[in-house]
Amino acid sequence: MLLRLEAATVRFGGRAVLDAVDLAVAEHEIVCVLGPSGSGKSTLLRAVAGLQPLDSGRVLLDGRDQAAVPVHRREVGLMFQDHQLFPQRDVAGNVGFGLRMHGTAKDERAARVQELLDLVGLPGAGGRAVAALSGGEQQRVALARALAPRPRLLMLDEPLGQLDRTLRERLVVELRELFGRLGTTVLAVTHDQGEAFALADRVVVMRDGEIAQSGTPLQVWQRPADAFVARFLGFENVVEASVEGQVALTPWGKVPVPEGSAGGARTLLVRPAGVRLVPAGEGLRCTVAARAFKGTHVAVHLQPGDAPRLEAACALRSAPEVGAEVGVEFDPADVVLLG
Amino acid sequence: MALPVAFFAVFFAYPVAAIVRRGLRVDGAWQFGRFADVLGDQGIRHVLWFTTWQALASTALTLLIALPGAYVLARFDFPGRQVLRAVVTVPFVLPTVVVGTAFLALLGHGGLLDQLWGVRLDTTVWAILLAHVFFNYAVVVRTVGGLWAQLDPRQEEAARMLGASPLTAWRKVTLPALAPAVAAAALMVFLFTFTSFGIVQILGGPAFSTLEVEIYRQTSEIFDLSTAAVLTLVQFAAVGAILAVHAWTVRRRESALKLVDAALTARRPRGAGQWALLAGVLATIALLLLLPLAVLVQRSLTAPGFGYYRALTDPDGGVFLVAPITAIGTSLSYAAAATAIALVIGSLAAAALTRRDAGRLVRGFDALLMLPLGVSAVTVGFGFLIALDKPPLDLRQSWILVPLAQALVGVPFVVRTMLPVLRAVDVRLREAAAVLGASPWRVWREVDLPMVRRALLVAAGFAFAVSLGEFGATVFIARPDNPTLPVAVARLLSRPGDLNYGQAMALSTILMVVCAVALLLLERLRTADRSGEF
Repeated sequence: MLLRLEAATVRFGGRAVLDAVDLAVAEHEIVCVLGPSGSGKSTLLRAVAGLQPLDSGRVLLDGRDQAAVPVHRREVGLMFQDHQLFPQRDVAGNVGFGLRMHGTAKDERAARVQELLDLVGLPGAGGRAVAALSGGEQQRVALARALAPRPRLLMLDEPLGQLDRTLRERLVVELRELFGRLGTTVLAVTHDQGEAFALADRVVVMRDGEIAQSGTPLQVWQRPADAFVARFLGFENVVEASVEGQVALTPWGKVPVPEGSAGGARTLLVRPAGVRLVPAGEGLRCTVAARAFKGTHVAVHLQPGDAPRLEAACALRSAPEVGAEVGVEFDPADVVLLG
Repeated sequence: MALPVAFFAVFFAYPVAAIVRRGLRVDGAWQFGRFADVLGDQGIRHVLWFTTWQALASTALTLLIALPGAYVLARFDFPGRQVLRAVVTVPFVLPTVVVGTAFLALLGHGGLLDQLWGVRLDTTVWAILLAHVFFNYAVVVRTVGGLWAQLDPRQEEAARMLGASPLTAWRKVTLPALAPAVAAAALMVFLFTFTSFGIVQILGGPAFSTLEVEIYRQTSEIFDLSTAAVLTLVQFAAVGAILAVHAWTVRRRESALKLVDAALTARRPRGAGQWALLAGVLATIALLLLLPLAVLVQRSLTAPGFGYYRALTDPDGGVFLVAPITAIGTSLSYAAAATAIALVIGSLAAAALTRRDAGRLVRGFDALLMLPLGVSAVTVGFGFLIALDKPPLDLRQSWILVPLAQALVGVPFVVRTMLPVLRAVDVRLREAAAVLGASPWRVWREVDLPMVRRALLVAAGFAFAVSLGEFGATVFIARPDNPTLPVAVARLLSRPGDLNYGQAMALSTILMVVCAVALLLLERLRTADRSGEF
């Protein structure tokens, strides 16, 4: 394992921001830590970089404890949320900074800077002032700067956080391709699930300084560990249920569950695609409370009497109007029992 | 951190302690009874009373005259505004001796007012008060105006939208935001006038004496060290109290105010009232700040063919062992050395104070650094003489003694100038450099230094000007054959005769020009200035 955290704990005034976190990142792996703001994910990166001392636990790089290793000797790279480019240096000065700190010779440095600027798609930008760069360009320079000294581990803090959506979606694909080609080991943190799923080999969901779930994007998406993870991923149809055989008793009435589910009190999730609209009078009776156009489908918010609201994904043409009365049935293939 | 602490311990705390000890310890026993004797003395009580009330009056008068100026310079856009801002700052860095001389030329015997209307104010308290206003106008304009220019006018507009009248909006929104800055400025003015030495010495005559002047008199004329020691401690306590209150208001001022770029808040004056205000402020500046300096220059030129200036080159004037003109070279080299010392010590202290893990102790040092601004310079100077006379610190014969004393006064300015800039450097920029492999020392050189380079120059300018004008301590320790400019001016003034008087005016003019040039040079560097204190 390239990076290993063992019971890493950081407290700010009594509150544990990192609470006995165990995490391992293998060489060439891209791990993305996903969590809402305040979940401790940035602190995790800072602890690995050595910018935040641990209150207890250990950080190991290549199996060696880093407690006594100062920041500048850890040989990890960190790309800051708002890039933190050095304002008084030009692009080449920023990209070459780490090389200069490591005593790389001048011509070698220039060659490497050029190589990296080509790599991030900014050939010939070395002489430009950083203040004159657009957000996307700054992001690329920050990436080149972090990559330049060939860090053992590259850490990204909300790498695409401040960019607009289209640029973000394009860059995330570029990044994944780039890291795959270079074989870079990456530990990224983000609050954007789309970014995490597109970038990572493995996703780690954090909540209140603890790891709530860890797995491939597909595993996490298909089987969220608990109600928190499910809600954080954007699933709203989560309720407490009591399961008996192939049926769960919920505030929405009886919901069919997949075969072989364990019985008892469980948390149940219905994906919006599994909420099927049928003519009023059949199934659960609901009123359409709101509609939100999502491009490929329409998210329809349904109010079933005094039970919690349901979200259904409807085809563009068949979505009912606000105020319409509809019936709802559940598709067991899209019903998930959590945990 | 260790170096600044050691510097202050050896060159500030030790001399002051030595003089107190010398004064209050007789035959191995502390004579605290002296306090009652001294404070019970009618003459001393009079001095204490006068020191306090003239400082209060000076502060009130300065606020009254300078606040409209602060407003006009902060909020009105008019041609020559930048130049005017620089001009009003010049008096602050002028040596007290020059200010005293200039007012003497205006209000004193044979002065302009005397010639025109037969009015003499030089032995009245008015001369002292006016000179204090002259000197401290910039403190108020800088401290209050600097903040005023950056207050977001939309705050007031928001209050107007919610139904407040212009006056109410100003009273409820702007005034509370300004109050801490006004308080801080008032305290600084009070501090400077409470410890006023050169101005009172020159303008006060025998009738008026502040604590500082009395300490000087007791040590150098009456040789009553124990009285001087008691007075030093009294002044020390008063200054400590003022600084504590000042630190408190500064902390309050750091509360989150919404600040905007000063360039966005200024607009052309509108309506007769605003034009009249502008005219009034310009007239005040012309009469109060420019006229005394103009008269000073004019007086220095009254002898035909630059006679007074040429006399300065004559070593046989009898006042000094050398030609007065050599004082310029002496002053410049002393000030350069003092500036170098102040920059090193001040930068180290500022860097230590910026560290995020700086504890209470270190932050307490912040306030201590301000002490030399207020503690009796006379005491420090005299303390140098009696404390630094034994090996390994036998510096009495060394030229470095004067720059050391002057650096002491320069350090607070360096720290005050550097701190806001250093604090404004984003911590994560340093972290970014560290992650890229820069050691702490490299981080300072690569990240901090490029950003503070300009502040460093500004600090150097202030330290230079302040060192150049330092009088209270230098008057004790400057060697007779190597006087600095202010010491030479004071000595010329103390002699009778037109030639000495004229030479004093000429030498003051030279000193003023040197200071003004230093200041105007650094004013050009200060364009991106935040609300600095001085």
